[in-house]
Amino acid sequence: MAASKHIAPDAFKLAHVAATEKEYIAAPALTFSQDAMRRLKQNKAAVISFWLLVIIFAAALLSLVITPHDPNAQNLNYTYLPPKWGDLNIPFFNGHENGIDMYARNQVPKGTYFLLGTDYLGRDLLSRILVGTRISLFIAVIATLFDLVVGVGYGIISGWNGGWIDTLMQRVIEIISSVPNLVVVILMLLVFKPGLKSIIVAIAVTSWITMARLIRAQTLKLKDQEFVLAAKTLGESSFQIALKHLVPNLSSTIIIQTMFTIPTAIFFEAFLSYIGIGLPAPTASLGTLLNDGQKALQTQPYLLIYPAIVIVVLMLAFNLLADGLRDAFDPRSAH
Amino acid sequence: MITDKTPLVQVRHLVQTFNAGKKDEVRALQDVSFDIYKGETLGLVGESGSGKTTTGRALIRLYQPTSGEVLFAGQDIAKLKNGSAQMLAFRRQTQMIFQDPYASLNPRMKVKDIIAEGLDIHHLVHSPQERDARVAELLAEVGLNEDHASRYPHEFSGGQRQRIGIARALAVEPQFIIADEPISALDVSIQAQVVNLLKDIQDKKGLTYLFIAHDLSMVKYISDRIAVMHNGRLVELASAAEVYHHPLHPYTKSLLSAIPEPDPDSERQRVPIAYDARQAEGGQRQLVEVLPAHYVYATAAEVAAYRQSN
Ligand SMILES: Nc1ncnc2c1ncn2[C@@H]1O[C@H](COP(=O)(O)OP(=O)(O)OP(=O)(O)O)[C@@H](O)[C@H]1O
Ligand SMILES: [Mg+2]
Repeated sequence: MAASKHIAPDAFKLAHVAATEKEYIAAPALTFSQDAMRRLKQNKAAVISFWLLVIIFAAALLSLVITPHDPNAQNLNYTYLPPKWGDLNIPFFNGHENGIDMYARNQVPKGTYFLLGTDYLGRDLLSRILVGTRISLFIAVIATLFDLVVGVGYGIISGWNGGWIDTLMQRVIEIISSVPNLVVVILMLLVFKPGLKSIIVAIAVTSWITMARLIRAQTLKLKDQEFVLAAKTLGESSFQIALKHLVPNLSSTIIIQTMFTIPTAIFFEAFLSYIGIGLPAPTASLGTLLNDGQKALQTQPYLLIYPAIVIVVLMLAFNLLADGLRDAFDPRSAH
Repeated sequence: MITDKTPLVQVRHLVQTFNAGKKDEVRALQDVSFDIYKGETLGLVGESGSGKTTTGRALIRLYQPTSGEVLFAGQDIAKLKNGSAQMLAFRRQTQMIFQDPYASLNPRMKVKDIIAEGLDIHHLVHSPQERDARVAELLAEVGLNEDHASRYPHEFSGGQRQRIGIARALAVEPQFIIADEPISALDVSIQAQVVNLLKDIQDKKGLTYLFIAHDLSMVKYISDRIAVMHNGRLVELASAAEVYHHPLHPYTKSLLSAIPEPDPDSERQRVPIAYDARQAEGGQRQLVEVLPAHYVYATAAEVAAYRQSN
């Protein structure tokens, strides 16, 4: 206080700031999604998961064109060959079992290797894993499609209209979700042969429920927001409001929920195939591979271990990426 | 400020009931009637929950009135069908400015697209260049500049956002603007800025305003006439000066007695007047023109008493 006495009033000058200057914003214009991406990139687990998924699915897609061996070709001379990586003598990857060179004993021609070994019919495990992952990828696409089209659409219509439409649609959801989807699949077996079709129908019936519920709740919140009212007073149609105002504000919920639905669907398919009501015999899927591998668990554990690693990595990567996306899109949970 | 006394908006026996017939029925508006004249600002005050927002939203047909008429330029807008051509025409003539500057702008849209939304809906511009030019013009009108157009709402302060909301409303060249507590969420220095902007725009374009607020002192500054609302009814309607200096209804008196004054001496002597709704509302009361252009919600006996005392 005392110090202020020594400052003469004329030491101060009135600063003039132009009106336009006051309104100036210096920060670069970042869109919401750019901001979210920036936050996502800071999350190491999510980034690693993302690239793992890219690599796994790129390899699975590539298997459409080229696989190390024919995934369904049986060769009874080559049954239960352990993994062998060329002539590199790496333990567990040198074609030896109990100290015996299985490749030499089965008279496998020089230059033929099975990177992850072969199963009880002499089929190449790596090729089969790639094909199985491709099935998982296909299931992921199907589940996403139903989530986006049915789940999002259903949720918006239900929440936006409200009233008796909403009540009716919610009762329908409750009825559907009260039937376990395993029961749905078993019922499907009465109509279809076990296979991709019944799995897709089961996914179509049940997988979008959570998405629809989340979207409805968000829509109920959004529809009373003043910016939606403003659009109404401007004369915007309901469809345009849904497209321009609701969907962009729902996008984070949509992305995050999709990332949680996908692993659930992949696991569902693997589980069905594992217990034998999913994909039928010669087709490789992660579930059938696990089932086959489990039978030889004590003698050829690699037949179980490698497909198991793939499915574990898939599940973990999807969930970590989903978590990362949630933190990135919902800044409140990030801080 | 009132140039002619032709009513632009006529509200007749407007009733708005929410959740009618259910346990949680709310009778938000109970038989409300008033006029808004062309070019004037009608201030609407009342405590929280009195039905001010409901009135505003019924006038702009965000709510479908339960009964009664809302005439806009002679046309009953309560009867317009959603999606009809007349409805679309009405949507251009009446606009709203909202209370919460943080909720009234879509966070995922650029300022440019927010302001141009009305332009697009009503096909008021025909090329992207024309659209950008019009947006720049509107931004200038509310004191913002062109390079704000490509930014997102979260980068702006409350006052700036409120001005973006005003620009969005002005884009469709409306005649009538309902401002629902447009300044309650702003700090005091910005409040004056926004109110003055609204006044300037009104002078320039000859707009008619319904200005909703719960703060009588700010309403007095901007309004030509003031309507006081309580429990879903108008209890008093008169010119701003009349309401301020010669309030008749006990509720208005009580509201006025609650305004603090920037003078310690008179402030020390200020006695808030308690208000008992049971003694001044319901029963046989109606909104009666007690004095010329001064309406009060009263019984016949009270009307006589009010006239006597003047
Ligand atoms: N959509 C609705 N559904 C049910 N009740 C409602 C709805 N909107 C408003 N109400 C009720 O109607 C009454 C009047 O509300 P309104 O929002 O018009 O008050 P207000 O005067 O604007 O108050 P505030 O100053 O708090 O904004 C309140 O009791 C409120 O709870
Ligand atoms: Mg209100």
